[in-house]
Amino acid sequence: MLKVLVPVKRVVDFNVKVRVKSDGTGVDIANVKMSMNPFDEIAVEEAVRLKEKGVVTEVIAVSCGVTQCQETLRTAMAIGADRAIFVETTEELQPLAVAKLLKALVDKEQPCLIILGKQAIDDDCNQTGQMLAALANLPQATFASKIEVADGGAFVTREVDGGLETLKVKLPAVVTTDLRLNEPRYVTLPNIMKAKKNPIEVLKPSELGVDVTPRIKTLKVSEPPQRSAGIKVPDVATLVSKLKNDAKVI
Amino acid sequence: MTALVIAEHKNSHVKGATLNTVTAAAATGGDVHVLIAGHNAGEAARQAAQITGVSTVLHVDAPGFEHGLAENVAAQVVALAAKYSHLVFPATASGKNVAPRVAALLDVAQVSDIIKVISPDTFQRPIYAGNAIATVQSADSVKVLTVRTTGFDAAAASGGSATVEKVDAVSSNCASSFVSAEIAKNDRPELTAAKIIVSGGRALGSSDKFEEVLTPLADKLGAALGASRAAVDAGYAPNDWQVGQTGKIVAPQLYIACGISGAIQHLAGMKDSKVIVAINKDPEAPIFSVADYGLEADLFTAVPDLVAAL
Repeated sequence: MLKVLVPVKRVVDFNVKVRVKSDGTGVDIANVKMSMNPFDEIAVEEAVRLKEKGVVTEVIAVSCGVTQCQETLRTAMAIGADRAIFVETTEELQPLAVAKLLKALVDKEQPCLIILGKQAIDDDCNQTGQMLAALANLPQATFASKIEVADGGAFVTREVDGGLETLKVKLPAVVTTDLRLNEPRYVTLPNIMKAKKNPIEVLKPSELGVDVTPRIKTLKVSEPPQRSAGIKVPDVATLVSKLKNDAKVI
Repeated sequence: MTALVIAEHKNSHVKGATLNTVTAAAATGGDVHVLIAGHNAGEAARQAAQITGVSTVLHVDAPGFEHGLAENVAAQVVALAAKYSHLVFPATASGKNVAPRVAALLDVAQVSDIIKVISPDTFQRPIYAGNAIATVQSADSVKVLTVRTTGFDAAAASGGSATVEKVDAVSSNCASSFVSAEIAKNDRPELTAAKIIVSGGRALGSSDKFEEVLTPLADKLGAALGASRAAVDAGYAPNDWQVGQTGKIVAPQLYIACGISGAIQHLAGMKDSKVIVAINKDPEAPIFSVADYGLEADLFTAVPDLVAAL
């Protein structure tokens, strides 16, 4: 059975403008809309398409964190994941810890592919996939815009600075998704209802033998320097003059 | 205390992002060494030795490094890591690809996309696409960092006289191989490295208009072309032009937003630009709230007028 493992993260929805808490301890995520990390949604979609093409036989979604992450797993199953694993903890999870949890699950499930979003839009780390590949001693193809499985490997086209690059990775392998890989389907109500019946296995980090203690301490979270509105210019000539003489950027 | 910068290079030359990374590495307070892991990369090593502030260049040459495969480069960096307090990568596609692999192999955390060095173990980095700035402290013995190049000035590419040491390549059991590359061969600068960006929104109306109206302005200014997510989703511009929270984060000297309303997710990708110009006929467009110079006008007449006036 060829399995794909797809880790998904619950993050603040990309349309929400986050506010820094006044005490500088973080951003206020109470009562804001939470969604699946957009890059992870692309990862789930890709895994489901591989199953629909008959390349793989099972798609397993994984999420690590607080109880509500199960909602994100339900969304993954509504897109088409067959089952889910939820690693439950209230500890702050940093990428290295998540990579270790995923490594334990890779050992357990033996997937042929692990497809992850290239980064989460909350901490913007862009680390977990590469870290998992290192820990599991697997080849990696990051920032994928195309995945083709053939000849016991995957041909992955990657978005690199200035263009595209294609790698061949032997399976099993770790792939991280970029925006161009696909457009995730809309989740329909019947599929949401159906997904409620799919199983979610619940595990604790200790059951996987992983120490998730954070290595990085956040000392402070502050507002970025605010940009204030400048001036309106009446015409193109004034604009050119301002850019040349005041801003000196052209 | 010594920092090792893992250079961004093309074997025949050192890429610009390396210079900003050297500045960030120097800010950690110790000596700065640079690693050139490449194939037939003697020229890149020679150039790296001239960067001001670099004391030693480590040059390792082997076929496996030609295309910078993460498995090979990471194994090499790990083999050298014991001597260093900081391993510093540019936050480019290749730096982001390799750095976390190194960090995990060393069992240390990585601090991504730093924009400021507060002390040897404390750094500032943007989170939530720059909507908040986190000050973070790493407790690990070696700090693995990626550097947002827009946060640091470029070190001078000449004036240095570092010694170049040859290093033996370590072999890694690499299960990936390079197949091909399609690097856009135009004269336009890369979006993330451009000094000027001309960016278009959904108001352009079609991919033909996008091209017809914005290309002359970009050509005239030697600028890169960008687009809002709305324009990309509508098929007016390719996805890799997308500027925004889920696209490219840019901070050029000049950003000219044409027919872009200024959705939160777009602003997140460009609001660190030095000077922002907005051309939009809607006086209420949110883009005007971050623009240094706002021109309320129809872009289909204003942009050609601008091209003519430059």
